[in-house]
Amino acid sequence: MNVVPAPEKLLPKDYATDQEVRWCPGCGDYAILKAMQKTMAEIEADPAKTVFVSGIGCSSRFPYYMETYGFHTIHGRAPAIATGIRLTNPELDVWVITGDGDGTSIGGNHLFHVLRRNVDLQVILFNNEIYGLTKGQASPTSRPGTKSPSTPDGSFDNPVNPSTFALGCGARFVARSIDTALKHLPVVFRRAHENVGASFVEVFQNCIVYNDDVFADFTDKKVAVDNQIFVEHGNPLIYGGEVKRGLRLRPGTVELESVVIGENDVTENDILIHDETNHTMATLLAAMPRPQFPVALGVLYCDPSESYDRVAQSQLDLTKKKKPDDSLNKLLRQGYTWTVQN
Amino acid sequence: MQLTGAQFTQAAALAGNDLSTFPDFPAEIRAPIGTTFGVSAFQINFGSRAIKTAGDALDMLVAMNPAALKVEIADLRVGGMLIVDSGAFSDRNLRKAGFDENPLEDGSLDGYRVIEIDISRLTLEAVKDHGVSKKDGLRCKNMWALGLVYWMYERDRQPTTDWLTTKFASRPEIATSNIAALNAGHAYGETAEMPEGVARFHIRPAEIEPGLYRTVTGGEALSWGLVAGARLAGLKLFLGSYPITPASPILHILSHLKHHDVVTFQAEDEIAAVCSAIGASYAGSLGVTSSSGPGIALKGEAIGLAVGVELPLIIVNSQRAGPSTGLPTKTEQSDLFQAVYGRNGDCPIIVLATRSPSDCFDVAIEAVALSTKYMVPVLILTDGYIANAAEPWRIPDFDTREGFPVKFRTDPEGFHPFLRDPDTLARGWAIPGTPGLQHRIGGIEKDFDSGHISYEAKNHKRMTDARIGKVSGAARDIALQEVVVGPTSGKLAVVGWGSTFGPINGAVSDLLEEGVEVSQIHVRNIWPMPRNLGDLLRGFERVIVPEMNAGQLVKLLRSEFLVDAKGISKVTGQPFKIEEIKTAIRAEMES
Repeated sequence: MNVVPAPEKLLPKDYATDQEVRWCPGCGDYAILKAMQKTMAEIEADPAKTVFVSGIGCSSRFPYYMETYGFHTIHGRAPAIATGIRLTNPELDVWVITGDGDGTSIGGNHLFHVLRRNVDLQVILFNNEIYGLTKGQASPTSRPGTKSPSTPDGSFDNPVNPSTFALGCGARFVARSIDTALKHLPVVFRRAHENVGASFVEVFQNCIVYNDDVFADFTDKKVAVDNQIFVEHGNPLIYGGEVKRGLRLRPGTVELESVVIGENDVTENDILIHDETNHTMATLLAAMPRPQFPVALGVLYCDPSESYDRVAQSQLDLTKKKKPDDSLNKLLRQGYTWTVQN
Repeated sequence: MQLTGAQFTQAAALAGNDLSTFPDFPAEIRAPIGTTFGVSAFQINFGSRAIKTAGDALDMLVAMNPAALKVEIADLRVGGMLIVDSGAFSDRNLRKAGFDENPLEDGSLDGYRVIEIDISRLTLEAVKDHGVSKKDGLRCKNMWALGLVYWMYERDRQPTTDWLTTKFASRPEIATSNIAALNAGHAYGETAEMPEGVARFHIRPAEIEPGLYRTVTGGEALSWGLVAGARLAGLKLFLGSYPITPASPILHILSHLKHHDVVTFQAEDEIAAVCSAIGASYAGSLGVTSSSGPGIALKGEAIGLAVGVELPLIIVNSQRAGPSTGLPTKTEQSDLFQAVYGRNGDCPIIVLATRSPSDCFDVAIEAVALSTKYMVPVLILTDGYIANAAEPWRIPDFDTREGFPVKFRTDPEGFHPFLRDPDTLARGWAIPGTPGLQHRIGGIEKDFDSGHISYEAKNHKRMTDARIGKVSGAARDIALQEVVVGPTSGKLAVVGWGSTFGPINGAVSDLLEEGVEVSQIHVRNIWPMPRNLGDLLRGFERVIVPEMNAGQLVKLLRSEFLVDAKGISKVTGQPFKIEEIKTAIRAEMES
């Protein structure tokens, strides 16, 4: 009897290419790359059936470092190219890597449409609130007052929040994490991968050169515990170190408030339970302003619906069933024809 | 009116005539009836001899209201027949059309044979027992006029009756009223006393090559050609497109061909449309995108990506008058420069041009063959005139056509993504999903020898040369340029491309019959050009290039071959007339 040996399980390093990684030393992208390679090993991704598609920007160099198929395309257009790939070969697992400039500025339209259509792929948006590759201009996610070569007196346009944008576009899966959250990132990536449809993940990523520590007010180890909330479906929205805090609806309103458990008769029973299928709750969590509120991380929203590519495929199958004849000669001869005799 | 025209076209085809049509309609949807800008016209030229164009001057004009008369009368030849719906010549309609006096009364139409009929009243009379409103009843008046014209040309009403029955199956009263109007118009011809000299015309069938025929529009032939090309290449077809006039018919037609392995994707914009097509080609389908000039402009950067990553891609440009929005429903061929040169960087692609509706089928197949063999985008230049016009087409036997199946790269041995075939210089097409061939490609320059990113100066030169060499090498697969009619060298060559084929052919053929020494050369392969084109042109004392633009092919010919070619330009949004080309040829001969 022949025993077929089990295929050797790939390790995270097997998903790394031999290419020299060319991000700045200390860039948050390194950690995200590691987390992705770890995720690949965990989900036992087939490198031959995995495609990373990116646009332009620092983050978009990502595909060159993944030992899978990769397509480094043009600025902002990765979601459109990825859509063509999915519609052509539904067996491919497609990941779109983008940044705040690529995804919310020049490619905002494509991000909108890939999410609303619910094409089955994962979009990972590296948000560092700055244009890195073009040397430090303010981006659509930069906070007002950001001084940069193009905004010497401070930026003054209203920033976009990528996660609320995604929810507004009709995304059925929206999650958030932080570049340095080595344990949390693979969990979020895996959840995004499991979801059938467009999954959107915003990763807060530190740009060490042009926008260093812009997220330090909630990512710094010393303050993190009181300024981050990891949401989990079915669990109360509780956070904090020594002082336990929670989120509840302000009575008589549809807005959140952060309350201290044990103060003013507030108990754990008053705290909201996270329901990741609730769009309103996800929107409230994604939009929580700093510093009054913590930054919500984890799967904010997951309420799957049928994916675009699956419907496209089923329409195709149905038509082929109804019209099994694909003779081109017949196609050319349908309708009125006439014969000219000698 | 466009539907009425299509019915008459079919009737002419069934009667064995050769024909050519020119639908000319406004850009606005349901533009106000009665205004000059709202006139929807349909011109058809048919006969018992070979038909080259939709015709120069009209022999007969049917004007359904004063506005139509105002817009079209200039094209009616002196002595031509004019049928007018006198019931539509109310004061209000006359004012709307900008007439101060009623042209039916002021003698301004004295040069024509005018037949005034109150078609509106007669139509309402004909449909009164069919239970339709006055508004719906009046809508039948085109069918009344069609019935009369069918009588004049001895056409069979049955196919139109069948068509009406099917089209309005869910509203039988509309179908029966239209049929009643059609029959009433026909009966009017049969029984009414027509003015002196008005009789039925008997147009014999044309001498046409035997075979099975149909009428075909450029939009249909191009769509079917793409499907055929993909089938011959052994690929699925993917169309990424965004609605734009006059390119949308291709999106509509292909959307109905799912059972032929066609996937269509109506994208959010022109850029997403071409990008989705590039994604499809990357994943192993034949990616196609279709648009008109303004949309092609938006796709420029992405076409450059396809050139850089060396993937097959078909781009169809149904040209319209520009710049900017220009004249969306009027034809022009002014995107030749855009097609050949309109991208950043040294960015060569293959460019083909269609010359008539039926020609679109073969051009599309050639485009697919070249794109997949050379791993390079191919742009097909067609135009609004070709897209919408119809002509009879001898249907080819597809089953006997030789295929050109694509071989994807599957062997991991020694693989890198930019390994080239030494003959064609095409890189191997390795698609995601192939075990062991994982690789990364992108818009950044690649190393010739490893396929990795390279910023090295000498390498960029080598890769630029390879991309250019690949496209110029495709000329080996392109037919040598032939002379369509006339001697292969001599006094004057008239060089055209695209939809000017018909009028140039008509003009040159007529003059040859008159004994004028003139030749027609029609360029299908705009880039790369046929290898012998320069020598061929140098064999003529003079070269003129009529184009529906301000002079684009003429500049290309001058710059490529240093020939003293002279441009003849027409940019009125209308096709050339045969007479205009003849005049230009005579003027050149005499100068």
